[in-house]
Amino acid sequence: MTVETKLALSAEEVRSFSQSNNEPAAFADFRVAALIKAAQLDLPKPDKTNITKWNFTEFPVHTVESSPFSSLEELPEDVKAIIDTEGQENLYIQRNNTPAFIKLSEELKAKGVIFTDIQTAVRDHAELVEKYFMTTAVKVDEHKLTAYHAALVNGGVFVYVPRNVIIEVPLQVVFLHDNAEASLFNHVLVVAEQSSAVTYVETYVSTVEEAKGQANIISEVIVQDNAQVTYGAVDVLAKGFTTYVNRRGHVGRDGKLDWALGLMNDSDTISDNTTYLMGDNSSADTKTVVVGRGSQKQNFTTLVRHWGKNSDGQILKHGVMKDAAQSIFNGIGQIEHGATKANAEQESRVLMLSEKARGDANPILLIDEDDVTAGHAASVGRVDPTQLYYLMSRGISKAEAERLVIHGFLAPVVTNLPIEGVKKQLTEVIERKVR
Amino acid sequence: MATLEIKDLHVEIDGKEILKGVNLTINTNEVHAIMGPNGTGKSTLASAIMGHPKYEVTQGEILLDGENVLEMEVDERGKAGLFLAMQYPSEIAGVTNADFLRSAINARREEGDEISLMKFIRELDKTMEFLEMPEEMSQRYLNEGFSGGEKKRNEILQLMMIKPTFGILDEIDSGLDIDALKVVSKGINEMRGEGFGCLMITHYQRLLNYITPDYVHVMMQGKVVKSGGKELAQKLETEGYEWIKAELGIEDATVTEEA
Repeated sequence: MTVETKLALSAEEVRSFSQSNNEPAAFADFRVAALIKAAQLDLPKPDKTNITKWNFTEFPVHTVESSPFSSLEELPEDVKAIIDTEGQENLYIQRNNTPAFIKLSEELKAKGVIFTDIQTAVRDHAELVEKYFMTTAVKVDEHKLTAYHAALVNGGVFVYVPRNVIIEVPLQVVFLHDNAEASLFNHVLVVAEQSSAVTYVETYVSTVEEAKGQANIISEVIVQDNAQVTYGAVDVLAKGFTTYVNRRGHVGRDGKLDWALGLMNDSDTISDNTTYLMGDNSSADTKTVVVGRGSQKQNFTTLVRHWGKNSDGQILKHGVMKDAAQSIFNGIGQIEHGATKANAEQESRVLMLSEKARGDANPILLIDEDDVTAGHAASVGRVDPTQLYYLMSRGISKAEAERLVIHGFLAPVVTNLPIEGVKKQLTEVIERKVR
Repeated sequence: MATLEIKDLHVEIDGKEILKGVNLTINTNEVHAIMGPNGTGKSTLASAIMGHPKYEVTQGEILLDGENVLEMEVDERGKAGLFLAMQYPSEIAGVTNADFLRSAINARREEGDEISLMKFIRELDKTMEFLEMPEEMSQRYLNEGFSGGEKKRNEILQLMMIKPTFGILDEIDSGLDIDALKVVSKGINEMRGEGFGCLMITHYQRLLNYITPDYVHVMMQGKVVKSGGKELAQKLETEGYEWIKAELGIEDATVTEEA
């Protein structure tokens, strides 16, 4: 028997929130049904991290009002730095829970591309949203946090790329968190129809020292047959949040999904990045880098699950742990029966910068088919003194040598982010966090 | 003129004494070769001069123009003008060859006086061309996935870009095919001159056909046991080491356990 948890909002409050946003009645029903499930379902069980005492449900207010930006000039410097304010043609900025700026090129509009905040999508693209919203990649009733998310969604983005449309320039999204009271129940839904291509890059920026709310974030990426999606993310959320972030892909035949995730939160974080390789010849390349500091507790699970024949899954996770930070890195390659010739590879490495830090690399292969290839490499250790000696012998100071080794260690994600400003920002965040 | 002096150097690794009183003086504008059978302490000498953390100096001195090298950290030794081309260079993922070289060059310069990017690229291109290295190698990660020959070439590239006062080359010729050996030797010969002194450690006389040494030293049992000019190397090539052992009454040239 599961004990019902007291949740922050009642069914009436959820319904009235939905109505105040002019959402279709079906969506209000969907939210209320999810809320009921949230009360009954258990928390997820991330391997090797006990989260039963974590507070995932309470927060000061469900939504906060923030002013939109009438021009990019008004943006705080931290946000300006990651945007090419003149060159970026496709941009969405959300300030706490408020859609604060949106821009989509005429060319993409003409091709039928949809790029809009999730509230607008729920109203104006109800059919598409209904088809994909927590139906294919993530299910409402997986556990308490998915259901809670479905009930309380209060932000996010919808991206729809029609058949055969190739978007050459990246779509950029910035989630600005500048109100300590705010909670982020953001839902990102990316649908890439057959033979389309898109690159999506999101950044979470906190400009407040300490958050009081919840961050319960879900991204669903639907990659239809022969489509290609590159998904870049840099998360820099303030301490104080209890962060649950679930980024999941669902890839059809000949489809390709690449992830480049820089997970730099200062909050306790449970991150689940799962890719389902449904179709034959589908592939996923997931790269994650992490820096943990302070007394942070984090769990990063990366799963690639193969159903498609000849599907290819690559997992790379590199984490740097300092102070008394604790992190678990679960890397799972799972091959289902029938996924012949599938290939599951993973590499998890943790670099420890202090005595008290903890990092566990936990590579797992779950294979239910004979005709496959799989491999894993894992290591946990300190900065290699031989590497430092080599660099220092060229006159480079110890501090600079360590800096080079650490940045090099985290480079796989930095180099894969397609937006210069975001790349630079991640480098700076790493710089600040490892100092 | 600059001088590197090694006086009565004793070095231990894991409590075992490897060097047992090495004496050697090298000036700029000189090329010295250290030869000797395996296990006689040649590479230990190179690592001890550079300050490898595993090697402990228990006695003796290393002086660079009178300055006590043993009191310097590894990076300070580098900045003071010492350079070691290593036998097994480290691989450092995520750091490009070019970025690393620029950091190394700038480490020697004052803040605000960093080498300009354009000047750096010009010099790098020119030097890589001289060493017959493909341009893309500057953007590859430092030594990562380099073949043995590429690593050795890359060590010489660093030597030529950093321009140290003293270059110590630890078996720069081992594992090189003839073409690579020629290129590496060309690089070292290019460095020769008034501002540069060189200490080459090698097993094989063949290297000395391409780089003519001014002085040749033979190490046995953790000491320099014989010194001479380039003709000494030729004699070693034709007659081996047995005559030296006989002359000095040495049975086993390697560093022995109990010592």
